[in-house]
Amino acid sequence: MSKIPLPIVQERRERQRPATPPTEDIREKVFEIEDAGEWTVHRVPEPYTEVTTKYGRTKKIPHQGLWHHKSCGQCGHIPGYSTAIFWLMRKLGFEYDDPKDQTSCTAWNYYASATSNSAAQAAVAMRNFGAAYESEHFPLIHCGTSYGHYKDVREELVAHPHLRAKVRSILDKLGRPFVMPEEIVHYSEWVYAMRHEFAARQVLDLSEITATVHPACHYHKLVVEDAIYDPDIYGGQRTAVVTAVAQALGAEVADYSTWFDCCGFGFRHILVQRDFTRSFATQRKIEVMVDEANPDVVLTHDTGCVTTLDQSQFSGKAHGRKVGVPVMSEAQFAALAMGAHPYKVCQLHWHNTENRPLLEKMGIDWKERWREFEDELKQLESGEKEYVTWDDVDAEPVATGSDS
Amino acid sequence: MTLAPNSYTEIPYEEKKRLFDEMRADPRYQDHLYGCYECGICVAACPSARFYDFSPRKIAQALARQDVELIYEQLNDDIWNCSQCFSCTRCPRGNNPGGLITVMREVAVNNGLGSARDALEGYGRVVYKIMGTGTQVSPDMLQPNAFPDWGPHVKEISDHLDVWRRALPPETLHTTTTAWQVDDRTITELYFIWHATGVMEMIEEVDEGLYEILNDVMEDVLEDAGFDDL
Ligand code: SF4
Ligand code: SF4
Repeated sequence: MSKIPLPIVQERRERQRPATPPTEDIREKVFEIEDAGEWTVHRVPEPYTEVTTKYGRTKKIPHQGLWHHKSCGQCGHIPGYSTAIFWLMRKLGFEYDDPKDQTSCTAWNYYASATSNSAAQAAVAMRNFGAAYESEHFPLIHCGTSYGHYKDVREELVAHPHLRAKVRSILDKLGRPFVMPEEIVHYSEWVYAMRHEFAARQVLDLSEITATVHPACHYHKLVVEDAIYDPDIYGGQRTAVVTAVAQALGAEVADYSTWFDCCGFGFRHILVQRDFTRSFATQRKIEVMVDEANPDVVLTHDTGCVTTLDQSQFSGKAHGRKVGVPVMSEAQFAALAMGAHPYKVCQLHWHNTENRPLLEKMGIDWKERWREFEDELKQLESGEKEYVTWDDVDAEPVATGSDS
Repeated sequence: MTLAPNSYTEIPYEEKKRLFDEMRADPRYQDHLYGCYECGICVAACPSARFYDFSPRKIAQALARQDVELIYEQLNDDIWNCSQCFSCTRCPRGNNPGGLITVMREVAVNNGLGSARDALEGYGRVVYKIMGTGTQVSPDMLQPNAFPDWGPHVKEISDHLDVWRRALPPETLHTTTTAWQVDDRTITELYFIWHATGVMEMIEEVDEGLYEILNDVMEDVLEDAGFDDL
């Protein structure tokens, strides 16, 4: 395997971007449908940051007043992922809604089992969008699959009036408004837009940390023209999210040749056919990263990717493969850089691959932090406290690297 | 001329054609297939092609050639190997082989094909979880017997599940049977969506037992909420 040197990738940029985007701007159609009185467009609230997408168009990324469309796999199995996103928002002093009237997008199941159809999938999406609109908060999608799937749903609803009519009649029966957001925004786009704010509040020096980045398939391969690309990152040749964040925080992002490959999640495979998942994740991703980049950490921006790349390494290790690199989301990485507690906030004990050497290298005293977390657990177990709350966490002084 | 002359000869051509026509009737079909250069770019990008005897090029090609016999073979032997990663959207012809496979899988489920029943064996609890509770995976699914290849770490989580969940600052995450707390009205709305869009009939085709269980759970809830005109 050999990779194309990054300077060559970067040089291609200006020569390759087409003068006119090769795809239509779906958002224009979304507004036309509103003009025809068929749905309401949920406007991106101000203030927002304008970012650039693949073919040079602009996308609005709202700052606050967001409705957190949570992710099943994040909340269920790697809850420090979701918690870190909330924590970042709180650290910037931004108001948000963590709703209970949200369902899963149900797309994990759809891509795994096909026990659903276009109308059901669109109705689930529009019910969630309607709930966000009613709460007067703008949807921020935590999961890469939800994000990609919702963009597919948007295309289908725009293209097929019959589908629109059917879904609208369902929403009418539910008493929910029929609303399409002006932009469909992934949390990693928000993290990208806020990266300099995070860097300004950073307390750890990450200059010794080397990361490899896995771009999530459903982020940049579904409705490709809507993903963020930045001429300063890979010459605009690959999506800029995650990489730009790690670089803004001062970490080195190292390249590897199989960056375009998926992680091996497979939707049904991770649940019932994991031989594929384990082999692909270790042999096509982690081992290639180790061989070519020797990273301290793998950063990615989707539920399935963190799960697959992290959990699959256990069996790889048993087979003597070159594995053993911790995996987390860029949101957790940014939160750690800003002094978030590795266990109370980033909840790294839910992750599988050994991450303590990484924490040490980042300047985090994990032993002391774990002891603090165990104190919390004791209080919960003794009944002294029922839950750890945001008040507990918000009240904590930020952990700097100096106590290690 | 077919490229699969000897496959599934016990199934009449008309039945295979009927299934193909069902695929073509899906509104997405036309958006996902424009022909095929047979260039193999999709195969180079495809993770499943590296691991299985599987090729998105063959899928696109069979559909573009309207090779009904080969399509039927793929419907039975190939489609469940796809990872649904959509790396194949790199296709220079603008095809979406992964999207075509989604449509094919739906047809397989709708018609209760053996391949769909086999593929979904052992998967019922996940379908139950998502359709019944509104979130796909729950913390209490992390059991050592379900994920032996993830090592002792899974047992550690399941041993501490209750207290570790209560140690999460977001109050919506203090759950163990769902990924987050979903309110009752929202669940009822989700049940209505499954009924109003034909998803319940799909489940009945592939897993009658699961259908019964789901229906039991949903029936009273929907009736109490006044959704009795299903
Ligand atoms: S969606 Fe399926 S066919 Fe396409 S690249 Fe992924 S695994 Fe291969
Ligand atoms: S589907 Fe597209 S990428 Fe695959 S062989 Fe055909 S033209 Fe090439």
